Amino acid sequence: MADVTHALGVRAKAGPRGARPKPLFSRRNIMVYGTLGLVSLYYLLPLWVMVVTSLKGMPEIRLGNVFAPPVEITFQPWVKAWAEACTGLNCDGLSRGFFNSVRILIPSVICSIAVASVSGYALSMWKFRGSEVFFTILMIGAFVPYQIMIYPIVILLRELGLYGGLWGLVLVHTVFGLPILTLLFRNYFATVPEELFKAARVDGAGFWAIFFKIMMPMSLPIFVVALILQVTGIWNDFLFGVIYTKPDLYPMTVQLNNIVNSVQGVKEYNVNMAATLLTGLVPLTIYFISGKLFVRGIAAGAVKG
Amino acid sequence: MHSIQVKDLSLNFGAVSVLKTLNLDVAEGEFIVLLGPSGCGKSTLLNCLAGLLDISDGEIWIKGKNVTWAEPSERGIGMVFQSYALYPQMTVRGNLTFGLKNAKMPKDEIDKRVARAAEILQIGPLLDRKPGALSGGQRQRVAIGRALVRDVDVFLFDEPLSNLDAKLRSELRVEIKRLHSRLKNTMVYVTHDQIEALTLADRIAVMRSGIIQQLDAPQVIYNRPANLFVAGFIGSPSMNFLHGATVDGGRAFDLNGLTLSLDGYEGGAVGARPKAILGLRPEHLTIVAEAEAGRTIPAVVELDEPMGADSLVWLKAGGVQVSVRVPVERRMAAGTAVHLRVDIPKASLFDAGTENRI
Repeated sequence: MADVTHALGVRAKAGPRGARPKPLFSRRNIMVYGTLGLVSLYYLLPLWVMVVTSLKGMPEIRLGNVFAPPVEITFQPWVKAWAEACTGLNCDGLSRGFFNSVRILIPSVICSIAVASVSGYALSMWKFRGSEVFFTILMIGAFVPYQIMIYPIVILLRELGLYGGLWGLVLVHTVFGLPILTLLFRNYFATVPEELFKAARVDGAGFWAIFFKIMMPMSLPIFVVALILQVTGIWNDFLFGVIYTKPDLYPMTVQLNNIVNSVQGVKEYNVNMAATLLTGLVPLTIYFISGKLFVRGIAAGAVKG
Repeated sequence: MHSIQVKDLSLNFGAVSVLKTLNLDVAEGEFIVLLGPSGCGKSTLLNCLAGLLDISDGEIWIKGKNVTWAEPSERGIGMVFQSYALYPQMTVRGNLTFGLKNAKMPKDEIDKRVARAAEILQIGPLLDRKPGALSGGQRQRVAIGRALVRDVDVFLFDEPLSNLDAKLRSELRVEIKRLHSRLKNTMVYVTHDQIEALTLADRIAVMRSGIIQQLDAPQVIYNRPANLFVAGFIGSPSMNFLHGATVDGGRAFDLNGLTLSLDGYEGGAVGARPKAILGLRPEHLTIVAEAEAGRTIPAVVELDEPMGADSLVWLKAGGVQVSVRVPVERRMAAGTAVHLRVDIPKASLFDAGTENRI
């Protein structure tokens, strides 16, 4: 046996090592990279058009060269979109919507993650009679189309005295985030060894102590996933924002729509493009910052169920 | 005084009955091993003692207190798990002190206990490391330490050595025994490894499908198994079973026409039984060249297995495979016709119907 490995070792040292190098312009490479290139072009072109248009003045836009880079770069459309564009009677641009969105986003994300993580923890660690049924019902909730629930929720919020306010919308976001986030957390906590939970109970830790001191510090990746899902989801929400709040509190997405779709006067394409880019900036930043953690967390939470 | 008393404990999961009106008394300072194949309910019983499972019926008393419905932390127990179950984000010190901090113990008392546990288990240098940076043996030491710092009367071990390799397992086994002789507290230890059971226990409770089959000292369990299951489960290789009948008013065993005298059998009234089983451990058979009337069985050697200290010979006797332990220097060629002398005083006789020892 030793002789055989020795002989192999010698041969491996003598001959060339590694895979046989492939020519750079093989047919396969051209196909693969060609396709990839075309697809990325297809996805990047609109972004390119938006960026260049938002940097042009109106006279230049009227020339019609949508793909051409701006001859004279101007940041006026961005300033206008942020601070001067009019929606209804307010002429303070998207900034109002941005701050509304932030005010909606922060409590909604915190509430939904707090409620869902504790629910997921309880459903995986502290199983009670009927907990599986409870979980199934919660899951069914994830499949009911939003449109069906819009009007009942209007009535519900009216009865609660929350309709048209910020906290009503926070409640709606929390409830609608619950099914998928609970699933996410439950599946993650289900991968935590049961003996760890038992050991903590023997050590005298109760429901909350186990959650905060043992489970939470172990579950950073899944909290990051939940954070990303909720931040992008709630930031991009249009439907609930337009239905359950009033114009003063409209989130950024609704206000963007109102700016872009206003019918009076000239269509200011450059301002519209700048406004759209501004609105998309938050989710974009989140993805760029946390891409790696996101993938890791999704894999950790989704594999075992 | 009893340290642990289990009274008529039953546990059902839905329609499945896992533990059936189980009774167990553990004396102060006793080392009890719960032994059985997987699924026999031994770990379940331990979890019930720890308060991690709610029982369906019965009572559990620890140190003269009814703790049937007490929280795990209020029962005066410490538990060591198979997977170590150390909190991964905490240092060793954090793991040891977590329970004490939950109990709001003063800091100097915590420090004192950690120092003592670290000294006993020799984990002092590891105190500021995370569990991820420890080897399996070190982790299990820390897990034992976590039970130790609680300064409790009862230690519960749930297969603590199963995740370790063979060498470490025997080292830690000795260490646990040493720990017990030093601390003198009650220990309940679950395992499926009979060597661990035989070496550690003051008494072994052999379990099968939620019922304790026999609860006795290791030697008694080994030499006087209460029924066929215990006889077959304990011992490696397992006991040889010869099916036959007791005849002549219980004074002889009839093995397909061959008669063995039962003179000197230590047990109850044998009587004539049409179906009985004679159980013989491999070391209670001797290979001899000459037949002796009423004391030997003819057999043919099939193969021999040198085990190091001694050697096992597998033979065919009366259509059944039989193993015999012989000194290692005695090599047997396959096909040799020999006779097996039976050590009746050390044999076990079972009724084939009830499977109980006669």
